[in-house]
Amino acid sequence: MQIIHFLKQFRRLALLVILLAGWEYASRFILDKTEATLLPPPSGVARGAYELMESGEIWKHLFDSLSREFVAFCYASVAIPLGIVMGCFKWVNEQVDPIVEILRPIPPIAWIPLSILWFGVGNTQNQFIIFLGIFFPILLNTIDAVKNVEPNLIRAARCLGAGSWGVITRVVLRAALPQIVTGIRIGLGVGWMALVAAELVGANSGLGFLINDARTVLRTDYILVGMLAIGLIGLCLDRLIRYTAQKLMPWSRALNA
Amino acid sequence: MPALKVENVKKIYPSLHAKGQEVLAIEDISLEVNKNEFCSILGHSGCGKTTLLNLIAGFEVPTSGRIECAGKLVKGPGADRSMVFQDYALFPWLTVYDNIAFGLKVKRTGAAEINQVVTRFAALVGLSHFVSHYPHQLSGGMRQRVSIARALVVNPTVLLMDEPFAALDAQNRAMMQAEMIRILNEESKTVVLVTHSIEEAINLSDVIVVMTRRPGRVKEVIRIPEPRKMVEDTPAYLEVRRKIRDLIAGEHDLSEVS
Repeated sequence: MQIIHFLKQFRRLALLVILLAGWEYASRFILDKTEATLLPPPSGVARGAYELMESGEIWKHLFDSLSREFVAFCYASVAIPLGIVMGCFKWVNEQVDPIVEILRPIPPIAWIPLSILWFGVGNTQNQFIIFLGIFFPILLNTIDAVKNVEPNLIRAARCLGAGSWGVITRVVLRAALPQIVTGIRIGLGVGWMALVAAELVGANSGLGFLINDARTVLRTDYILVGMLAIGLIGLCLDRLIRYTAQKLMPWSRALNA
Repeated sequence: MPALKVENVKKIYPSLHAKGQEVLAIEDISLEVNKNEFCSILGHSGCGKTTLLNLIAGFEVPTSGRIECAGKLVKGPGADRSMVFQDYALFPWLTVYDNIAFGLKVKRTGAAEINQVVTRFAALVGLSHFVSHYPHQLSGGMRQRVSIARALVVNPTVLLMDEPFAALDAQNRAMMQAEMIRILNEESKTVVLVTHSIEEAINLSDVIVVMTRRPGRVKEVIRIPEPRKMVEDTPAYLEVRRKIRDLIAGEHDLSEVS
């Protein structure tokens, strides 16, 4: 039974395996030497990955990128209280909303030139770019979540004796939490993409720096390893948040759908 | 002193669409509900009965007139008028226990007392074995039991119920009405219930207030001869039902004429 189950799982990967095999074949037997340098076979990429892991270089870059993402996330989490205030109080929303609406459509990447002049090359500049990527999805989702709290839940709390503060802390915040988490998930995803872009031009370490640096020495295998690592980390981050949120909020339909 | 007193209450809603076109929802409503009386407000949908209940709860403010609860002017929502909602409005992130305890926690009651009170009311509504469940794990009838317990825990002067059993199927509905009678026998309460079901009103009430179509006014107040003891299909029951049915049927849909 177990073997059958395993084979069934494996069947889902069939196309992937065929494509990898085709890639390996093409890279080894069809492409000439120069072209093969530009597209190394999967086995070559695996060897590159092994080298990077053994020398410890990839761990260093990975750690730098992740810690930038984390620091930026800590700053960007001010979007949560701000969003709650904007969702609860109309006059705050009226004042802040125009600013948000102007800034929001500017992609984080468009801030790179200015931010390099402001902060120079390095951590601060990278964190700033990631911050912009994370901040707006969290803010917009928080505002939306607060506005969409079931009105009857607020009424129920009021007629059980809760005051305005009680309604905010005991009802609005809790009811909005699943969508705030969704905002965090989207934000970390956008931030992660922005991070790599920021590191391409404005950093001396990190996964973005790694792949750009590998370009200058024509190590396409390292580039591919770096790209894969970026994708895998992004996926893991997303899954991790979703898993934690499901465990902490088993009652949320939105999260468990 | 009546538990609840409504005096010449009128509610006008400003129109959302055309300027100056206001909607007169209810007009000139006066009624009194005595302590431990069960009062049903009966009328067509759109007659303003829920508006009246929202005004009593303090969720909305009357355009004119006044509402008093145990002699105190109603200015906003408060635990002396807790409500049971049609859609239950349970807090999905809290267990049954914490939902029932909500009103006590807001008051900062001690944990020991909360435990004692919640245990008693969970037993009263027959949910002792489900206190650690979340609302989404319960059936509609059970959710409404939680909602009733949650509203009773704060010991309201008047318990407000907004079509509490309308979302249930016929069988559950009949069962919950019987449960409500049992609960009220154990825990005397003043209740104001909004419903559009004539049978529900007869089964549960001391007094039935029949409302007119929009704008809602009090058409007639009917006292039930033997409250909560009427047996269906007896001549006395059918007599009351026919009377109310005639009162309601007499309300032609004026909104379509004008």
